[in-house]
Amino acid sequence: MKSTVLLGGRVLDPASGFDGVADVLVDGRGRIVEVGPNAGASCDGGWRKEDMTGKWVLPGLVDIHVHLREPGHEYKETVETGSRSAVAGGFTTVACMANTNPVNDTGAVTRFIVEQAKACGLARVLPIAALTKGLRGEHLAEISDMIDEGAVAISDDGMPVMDAHLMRRGLEYSRIFGVPVSVHEEDSCLSHRGCMNEGPTATRLGLPGLPNAAEDVMVARDILLAELTGGHVHVAHISTRGAVELVRDAKRRGLPVTAEAAPHHFRLTEEAVGDYDTNAKMAPPLRMEEDRLAVLEGLADGTIEAIATDHAPHPTQDKEVEFELAANGVVGLETAWGLTMQQVEAGTFSLMDAVRLLTIGPSRLFRLETGTLAAGRPADITVIDPDEKQVVVPEHLFSKSHNTPFGGWTLPTRVERTYFGGKLVYAWDGVRGRVGAEARRQR
Amino acid sequence: MSEYFRRKDLIGLRDLSAGEITHILDVAEQFRGLNTRAIKKVPTLRGKSVVHLFLEPSTRTRTSFDIAAKRLSADTFSISGSASSTTKGETLLDTAKNLAAMHPDIIVVRHKRAGGALKLAGELPETCIINAGDGACEHPTQGLLDLLTIRRALGGFKNRIVTIIGDITHSRVARSDIWGLRTVGAKVRVCGPPTLIPMGLPDDVEVFSSLEAAVRGADVVMALRIQQERIPRGGHFFPTLREYSRLYGLNRDKLRRWARKDLVIMHPGPVNRGVELEPEVADGEWSVILDQVENGVAVRMACMYLVLGGERGAAKEGRA
Repeated sequence: MKSTVLLGGRVLDPASGFDGVADVLVDGRGRIVEVGPNAGASCDGGWRKEDMTGKWVLPGLVDIHVHLREPGHEYKETVETGSRSAVAGGFTTVACMANTNPVNDTGAVTRFIVEQAKACGLARVLPIAALTKGLRGEHLAEISDMIDEGAVAISDDGMPVMDAHLMRRGLEYSRIFGVPVSVHEEDSCLSHRGCMNEGPTATRLGLPGLPNAAEDVMVARDILLAELTGGHVHVAHISTRGAVELVRDAKRRGLPVTAEAAPHHFRLTEEAVGDYDTNAKMAPPLRMEEDRLAVLEGLADGTIEAIATDHAPHPTQDKEVEFELAANGVVGLETAWGLTMQQVEAGTFSLMDAVRLLTIGPSRLFRLETGTLAAGRPADITVIDPDEKQVVVPEHLFSKSHNTPFGGWTLPTRVERTYFGGKLVYAWDGVRGRVGAEARRQR
Repeated sequence: MSEYFRRKDLIGLRDLSAGEITHILDVAEQFRGLNTRAIKKVPTLRGKSVVHLFLEPSTRTRTSFDIAAKRLSADTFSISGSASSTTKGETLLDTAKNLAAMHPDIIVVRHKRAGGALKLAGELPETCIINAGDGACEHPTQGLLDLLTIRRALGGFKNRIVTIIGDITHSRVARSDIWGLRTVGAKVRVCGPPTLIPMGLPDDVEVFSSLEAAVRGADVVMALRIQQERIPRGGHFFPTLREYSRLYGLNRDKLRRWARKDLVIMHPGPVNRGVELEPEVADGEWSVILDQVENGVAVRMACMYLVLGGERGAAKEGRA
């Protein structure tokens, strides 16, 4: 691969705090050589030069919570279509949950996912190991086996671990590997048959609701278990004001507890369900305005260190059914950046903080090497055009599924280019986005 | 600190002094020679009676105690869990009191509950109690035979590093070894999944979850068996024996890469071959596993001799 220099963009790298016009030098092995003002002046004709004037140059975005559906549910998404969706949204690193079929509970499945990702070569796809065999919450899975094959975290996401003793042991066991246990915090007894937030909308629609307490009691339990075991509890898709307060307090006490929030939880409330819109159905559900504001406050004050999409593709056959029967989840990879930028425009947090929440923030939580433009790191780079806008057209999403509640929204700025290991994997051609070899052809 | 072992009972190593332990090991060393003579019997405990009260299955320890007692010429009586009145609903204490009423000199007791031996020792002032294992608490004669084996292999304990690998939580052997080794000046490491390391170990016991780190620099490595029978169902301590073995099993490859050339490998037995030890390691040049068993008889002879008062209590002609 030819060495490349990205010239004259506004570079933002929250890991170092750098924000200024600079050149980014990438060597032929796809690693960052140097970032600095006029660093590209010495580059001779052997370098491919790309003009970034007026653009923002960021570390490739990192999403520690996606569902890629392969193996087993390829009609919803595959590692390849999920990777296409990722780079179109500016993400170069995604960690995928274990609820495939077969479940990612053995090294063999982990290796399969890693090899599928390598074969399409678009993004860094990092599998997350199941905590328990078959996600059944009965016995620990062979976690060491999966870690050896490349798993970066442990989670039974989608299936709450109701057995507190098993969770305790899982947290203890995770300490061998020094990886976080990402937890879907929901007391399934308390959520009972609930299919959306328990509140005025559920009452109006005549749907069974589930209370904030279903999330809060589990967050409280797992904070106590983090304290007992020293294992790293990472609260996935935090959605209630109570849970944010519990995590804030746990961090104040120095416990190994962290959290992520999904864009839909800080951009929408239960009112988005409207008249049974299944694209607003997910777990945890959209909550009340005070919960949404609490999540934003948590993102702003450092309680929540990462934005993660919980990208959950479902095609129409799983969504265009009665609300109670519809699958949980929304796609998120191609809207997360713009939705986050809306909060920058609203003044919730700075641009630098927004970039941090989508790069080095999540990267540190999962102890990854990406999420920064530091010299020697992989040249995963996202280029943003700050002067453009993104209109969300569900049918135009690169994901195999189009279940987004943000259809028709106009979002600030637009992902212009995505580089993965120095290789251009996504580019906006002026009319539409192009992925992979297509992106490189029109350069 | 007492220099000599002068106790009526041997309940555990936790409260023994370095002097007491050394005394027992020295006496055991003297008895060792007897076990390879053509005539292996001395009259030391002639006329004494020893009851083996084994309320939990045991082959090795029970045989070892029985041989030890018989080589000292004691009369021995054996009561096992299934044959005893405890299966008819009698409490441990009632069983022991009834036995004590027959005036045995020593009761060797194994019990599946922690604290069993200590309870008997308190209730039976006329009878010497030797703990042959109480639940997950202590197994002092195993600890002592391990110490004797280490002392013979290394010449001493000062600053030697002994790593104990496996299920520390449920292991009485690990506890007795830890207490004994610390007392005589060795450095103790424990290694295993954090699920099987008990909380509140003394600060000077180093805890590892990485086998490599625990083996590097160690003089002795003691592998423990995963005691499936002692692990409660639904314990969730590790996913599978396969994964346990991958993480904490010792094989030639790992030893070649990480271990000192003169490492000593021990195991209290019975070995689950292919789980905690590869067969070639259990049988290999590093292994002193059969020395441990051999030393066990001498250690138990010493313990029975000493609880009965040593020279003061035994027949004069029976001096070791």
